[in-house]
Amino acid sequence: MSEPTNVIAMKQIVKRFPGVLANDHVDFDLRRGEIHALLGENGAGKSTLTNILAGLYRADEGQIFINGQRADIGSPRDAIAYGIGMIYQHFMLVPSQTVTENIILGLDEPRFFLNLPQAEKRVAELSKQFGLHVDPRAHVWQLSVGEQQRVEILKMLYRGANILILDEPTAVLTPLEARELFATLRSMIAQGRSIIFISHHLDEILEIADRVTVMQKGRVTAAGVSPKGMTKNDLARLMVGREIVFALEKKKMDAGAVALKIERARALNDRGLPALRDLSLEVRAHEILGVAGVAGNGQRELSQVITGLRPLVSGRIHLGAYDLTNKAPGEIHELGVGHVPEDRLGTGLASGLSVMHNLILRRYKQAPIAQGIAINWHTARKVSENLVTTFEIATPGVDTRVGALSGGNTQKVILAREISTRPDLLVAVHPTRGLDVGATEAVQKLLLQQREAGAAVLLISEDLDEILAISDRIAVIYDGQIVGEMRTDEADIEKIGLLMAGAN
Amino acid sequence: MTETISTPKPRPARGPRLPFSVALEPRLRIPKWLPWATSLGSVALALLLTALILLYVGGNPLTSFRAIYLAAFGNLGVFSDTLVKATPLILTGLACLLPFRMRLWNIGAEGQFYLGAWGATLIVETLFGKDASPWLFIPLMALSGFGFGALWGFIPGLLKARLNVNEIITTLMLNYIALFFVAYWVFGPWSERGFQMTPTFPRAAWLPRLADYATVFKPFSGLTVHLGFVFAVLACAAVWYLLTHTRFGYEIRLIGDNPNAAQYAGVRIALMTIMVMMLAGGLAGLGGMSEVTGVVHRLQDRISPGYGFTAIIVAWLAKLNPWAVIPVAILFGGLIIGSREIQPSGIARMLQGILLFTLISSEVLNRYRIKFERAK
Repeated sequence: MSEPTNVIAMKQIVKRFPGVLANDHVDFDLRRGEIHALLGENGAGKSTLTNILAGLYRADEGQIFINGQRADIGSPRDAIAYGIGMIYQHFMLVPSQTVTENIILGLDEPRFFLNLPQAEKRVAELSKQFGLHVDPRAHVWQLSVGEQQRVEILKMLYRGANILILDEPTAVLTPLEARELFATLRSMIAQGRSIIFISHHLDEILEIADRVTVMQKGRVTAAGVSPKGMTKNDLARLMVGREIVFALEKKKMDAGAVALKIERARALNDRGLPALRDLSLEVRAHEILGVAGVAGNGQRELSQVITGLRPLVSGRIHLGAYDLTNKAPGEIHELGVGHVPEDRLGTGLASGLSVMHNLILRRYKQAPIAQGIAINWHTARKVSENLVTTFEIATPGVDTRVGALSGGNTQKVILAREISTRPDLLVAVHPTRGLDVGATEAVQKLLLQQREAGAAVLLISEDLDEILAISDRIAVIYDGQIVGEMRTDEADIEKIGLLMAGAN
Repeated sequence: MTETISTPKPRPARGPRLPFSVALEPRLRIPKWLPWATSLGSVALALLLTALILLYVGGNPLTSFRAIYLAAFGNLGVFSDTLVKATPLILTGLACLLPFRMRLWNIGAEGQFYLGAWGATLIVETLFGKDASPWLFIPLMALSGFGFGALWGFIPGLLKARLNVNEIITTLMLNYIALFFVAYWVFGPWSERGFQMTPTFPRAAWLPRLADYATVFKPFSGLTVHLGFVFAVLACAAVWYLLTHTRFGYEIRLIGDNPNAAQYAGVRIALMTIMVMMLAGGLAGLGGMSEVTGVVHRLQDRISPGYGFTAIIVAWLAKLNPWAVIPVAILFGGLIIGSREIQPSGIARMLQGILLFTLISSEVLNRYRIKFERAK
């Protein structure tokens, strides 16, 4: 039988989906008090495996042992009864309710009468015990994304989970919030909890995981090895089966004329507070300007005022000879601005519609796709099929729903669409967030190609490595202003870090 | 830290122990034939459930179904009556379907239908003498019916677009205003000798019926189906073309799926809201026009037994597919006719209700795969 130190042992798990073998005889085990990372590209089968543990799917074959005993997990309710709690990337919280109300939602006890103060007390205790700082009485809509994630974790702890599965937990967090999360995770394992940590981020895994299991195309390529002494390249090789070159080839290029020119832009955020305070910047043709900064310093609003999704209170924005100030989004695009938005499925795509419908989003008003008021679907299909081939979008066909594609491929749909109209300016916001190594490389290459083709690229990213890797100049944004600019080849990381933190 | 970690114990299974367990699994792909199969299956299930209830209360389901079937579809004559009932349902059904496709909840087809009927009557009452040509009457009445229906859609559309007023509330409330507005005209200015109805329209303002051509072609005699049915079928074709083959329809579907993406693509959502509501109101208005000029031949109080509300169900059951509105409306039209023939007449209504339940429940089968497994 399995050793008692294993809280979970999954043996020879097989799970098939129509046309896909998502898990191919996978073995996985989790020891008490460890953080075990699951690493793999999108579609490698990590989520399927953990969803089987969480009771969302049933394995077609194989066995699961929990604390050495055979377990049958038929539903999320069964999973939590076994002490397994999964924290998804997309939170399932009721915004109008308080933290405590969300946590006790759906519990069998209390059956009828709520004893909220008692529940609040328990939530406060748990939050103190694990360093998950959140006000039990705050309403969820008032919380930041990081705080909402803490509520999700508390929800599982409240239900007595001692095995936590976190699905790419840092994808939605700022670097600071990620730090805090790691501290929490360490305090949890110190107290005997066990954690499965799904991630694409090699740095994170090296930093936090006790052991790592790597999956590739439904199979395990490294089972429970220690990441100590491994390098990023070692992990990447296990994940994609080839050496990933982290230094992208970047041609030397002289910047051209000023393309985007922003002068003293002021704008408000969603809550009506100042988000941009007299922000000015310039991007030239053949140049990538990387905007670095901690999340929430005006990056989102900056991309929105340029692309017409948010009104400018004062200031001016020009693209070459055109005035973009407070023009409508459609018009701005026609003047030559492509936009890869931060929120892929929320803004950039209609996920219920097909790949073709999404690929023509920028072209349906113009010939040859538009013919008078009609749309020529024959041409639309040909254009879309071409884009799918050119940009190597992995999809069964152009009629597939975009929502069914992987993260990397949805991002490629957006890039294919935005780049193929040959914009003079491309605004890319967190273009590689949540993508696996292979997809990240593909996206970054596309941005570099745009630069070579003569476009100006404004790259807004929280990933400093990415900015250092592909941009020509770096601008640091802090509190709605550009607080420092430098050429990348002269960049001093320490100085950037200080500027990002608001120190002068 | 003092908290001890207890070994979790699996709970005993809830409920009776079955020899198998059932699990739902989301489908990654939905085969094209599946929604049709589940729809047909749920119609069959609804008939079965109704039959069981009839058996339970001591009736004979087969005789009842046969009576309903014969009354609605038994011969050309009654089928023609069924089509007459289906006509307003198709047009109001489209008036719900079109805005539903962009997640705009038009609950006001009933009121728009009334305004359309009023608009058509306005032409008869004010513009022409009784001897004007049908070539003048019919196009103008259709236009006026469409126009006043559109006006009744414009009001909630504008309120939604400009002030973000919830269209469910405004369209619902406007139904009652329309109802009483029409009541005012038929009780007051247009009343015929104090009855709550206008005088009968001149023959030239009647939509031609098949029966009108019985002298030319004998089998048409007694067939009540009128030109309005042709309008309705053409309207289905137009809405289908609009949704699937035009930029306008693409924008509707885009907004329906993700308004943020639509805004990002440069779609003017406010303008679309107004236009779609006007178009929907116009379609329902055309339904009202067709009802007064094709069936009642006068405007009277309560000309609709709630077509505009049944239309909401029709649109959903058609799964927001404009062509599917026709068979669904005919089925509902048949149930209306059938319910007149059997006692108690509520059986047909019960069947309608059960049908709604089974069809909506069948959605689960479209989205999920059901797995049966041996219990362990």
